[in-house]
Amino acid sequence: MAEAAVPPLPLIHLHGISRVYGSGEAEVRALDGVDLDIHEGEFVAIMGPSGSGKSTAMNVIGCLDAPTSGHYEYSGVEVAGLTRDQRALLRRHYLGFVFQGYNLLPRTTALQNVELPLIYKGMGRAERHAAATQALAKVGLEDRAHHDPSALSGGQQQRVAIARALAGNPQVVLADEPTGNLDTKLSRDIMEVLKGLNQSDGLTIVMVTHEAEMARYARRLIWMVDGRVERDTPTEQAT
Amino acid sequence: MLWETIRLAVQAIFRNALRSFLTVLGIVIGVGAVIAMVTVGQGSTEQVTADVEKLGSNLLMVLPGEDAMEGGPPGTAAAMFDLRTNNLLEEQLALIEVSAPMAMSRGRVVFGNKNRRTDIVGTDNRYFTVAGWEIAQGRIFDPAELKSGRPVCVIGETVRKDLFGSIDPVGEVIRIRKLSCQIIGLLRSKGASTFGSDQDDFAIMPLRTYHNRISGNRDVNLMFAAVRDGVPTDRAVREVEVVMRDLRRIGRGEDDDFTVMDMKQIASMLSGITGVLTGLLSAVAAVSLLVGGIGIMNIMLVSVTERTREIGIRLAIGAQARQVLMQFLVEAVILSLFGGLIGIIAGLSLGYLGATLLAIPFRPALGVVMTAFGFSAAVGVIFGYFPAQRAARMNPIDALRHE
Repeated sequence: MAEAAVPPLPLIHLHGISRVYGSGEAEVRALDGVDLDIHEGEFVAIMGPSGSGKSTAMNVIGCLDAPTSGHYEYSGVEVAGLTRDQRALLRRHYLGFVFQGYNLLPRTTALQNVELPLIYKGMGRAERHAAATQALAKVGLEDRAHHDPSALSGGQQQRVAIARALAGNPQVVLADEPTGNLDTKLSRDIMEVLKGLNQSDGLTIVMVTHEAEMARYARRLIWMVDGRVERDTPTEQAT
Repeated sequence: MLWETIRLAVQAIFRNALRSFLTVLGIVIGVGAVIAMVTVGQGSTEQVTADVEKLGSNLLMVLPGEDAMEGGPPGTAAAMFDLRTNNLLEEQLALIEVSAPMAMSRGRVVFGNKNRRTDIVGTDNRYFTVAGWEIAQGRIFDPAELKSGRPVCVIGETVRKDLFGSIDPVGEVIRIRKLSCQIIGLLRSKGASTFGSDQDDFAIMPLRTYHNRISGNRDVNLMFAAVRDGVPTDRAVREVEVVMRDLRRIGRGEDDDFTVMDMKQIASMLSGITGVLTGLLSAVAAVSLLVGGIGIMNIMLVSVTERTREIGIRLAIGAQARQVLMQFLVEAVILSLFGGLIGIIAGLSLGYLGATLLAIPFRPALGVVMTAFGFSAAVGVIFGYFPAQRAARMNPIDALRHE
C-alpha cells in the first residue's frame, strides 16, 4: 500500500525554467522560473493573459525553443543535454504538435501532410499510407484525404493537423491555441476530438488556450501570469 | 534514406511547380544562350578560315594607301593606281601570273520598274580568271568591247534574281546609274560569304566603259593578282612591293603608299573580325547567363519565407536539420541538372539551326557547355541551399513564425 502512494515519475518535469529574449533594457522575461510537472495521461490546459508566457512554455516543452536557464527533464532525461539532432528525434518519436495556424504544407494533400512525420520515422510507403489513413479516420476526415489544405475549411485543416500529430503515435500532443482560428461550433468539435483521444487512448495532451470554455475540456488547468505558474487546479469537467 | 530524400525533393519540386519552372527556365535561358551563341561564333570563325583557304593562298591584293585595311580611312592621301600600273606589274614580274585592275563604286541598277543598289565594277576578263568566276549564261567581254568601252555588262546572280525574276537577262538592257547597258553574261552563283555578305551582288563592265561613263577618271582602286604556282607567298609580296615602289617612284627611306596583302593576312584579319564578333556574342551570352542567374536568385529569395516556414514545420515534426538540408540540396541539384540538360539541348539545337541557316560548320565547344552549365547550376544550388541552411539553423519555432 505504501508503494502505491509513491507518485510515478512525471513525464514532463520543468524546474526553474526561464526564457529571456533580448538583453539589457530590451530584456523580456517570457518565462521566469516555471516549475511544472505533467504526468502521463493528463489533459492539461494552460491559460493566462497575453504575454504571460503560456506559448513560450509550450514551445519549451516541445523542444521548439530552448530555455535560457532551468531544468527540463522529459521522461527523466535532461533535455538541455541533448544535441539539436537528438531533440529532433525526441520530437519525432514522442511529441506531436497542433498549432493555431495549422502549419500544414501548402499544395500538399491532407494524406501527404499526415504522412510527413512518418517519412522521418523511416516508415515504409504502404505502412505509412495505412497509418496516415487511420489517423485521418480518427479525426473523421478519411474522405478528404486527397484534398489540398486550401480546399479544406479551417476546422478540417486543424483536424488534418491533429491527424498529423497523432500519426506518429506520440506520447504527448502539444496544442498551441488549437481553436484560436475557429468558431465555437468547430472549436467544440476539435476539443471533443482531443478529449476523446485523451480518454480512450490515454494520450497526454498539453494545450494552450485563452478560451475558458475550451479549457474546461481539460482535466487540469494551469494559470500563468508574467512568466510564472500562478494557479494549478483541476477543472470542473464540462459535460 | 537517400531514396526517400530524393522522393521528398521530387515531391517538393512538383508541389512548387511555378517556382521550379522559373528556376529551370532561368538555367535553360542562361545555358542555352551561351551554348548557341558560342557555337555559332566558333563555327563562323572556322568558316572564314576555310573560305579564305579555299580562295587560294596564291592571291594578292594591292591597295593604295598604307595599311589600307587596318588603318584609318583607306587611301585618303595616297594616289590611286591606273591601268598602266597594273599591266606593268604583270609584265615586270614573272611570278605574277595575271593581275586584274579593278575600279568600283556603289550605284543603282534599274530594269523596268525594278531597281537595286549594287556594286558597279569596271575591270576586264582577267578578273574572272583571278577570282575564279564561271559563266552561267552568255559570255564574257570580247576584245572590241573592252577596247572601245562599249556599254555591256556581266551581272551576278543576285542582281539577276532581283531585277529579272523569271525573265532571261542575257540580251536585255539595264540602266546602271545613267548608263544604258546590255547584259551579255551571267555569272555562276558563289553564294554568301562567311559574313553573310552576298558575293553575287554586282554588275561588271569593261574598265574603259567604267572610266568613261561612270567614274569620269582613270583610277584603278585595286589590283587583284594571282601568283604562279609554287612561288612562296612572302617572296611574291616582297617582289611586288619592290616593283610597286619603283612604279610609284617612292624614294629610299620613304614609306610605301600602297599595301600588298596576301590571303593569309586577309585570313588573319577576317578571323580577327570574327573573333571580335564571337567575343561580342559571348558577352551577350554572358549577360543572358547572368540574367538567368538573377532570375533563379530572385525566385529562390522570394520563396525564402515560405521555405523557411516549411523547414520549421519539418523540424517541428521531427526532421533533423541535415535531413531537411539534404532535401533542399537534392531539390536544387535536380532542378539544376534538369534545367542544364534542357539548356544544353536547346543551346545545341539553336546552334545547329543557326549553323545550318548560315551555312557554317556546327562546332559545339565542350568547355563552354561545361562553364555555362556549371555557372547556372552553382547559382541554383547556392541560392536554393543557403537560405535553407540559414532556416535550418534557427530554433524551429523561429522558422515556423518567420514572416
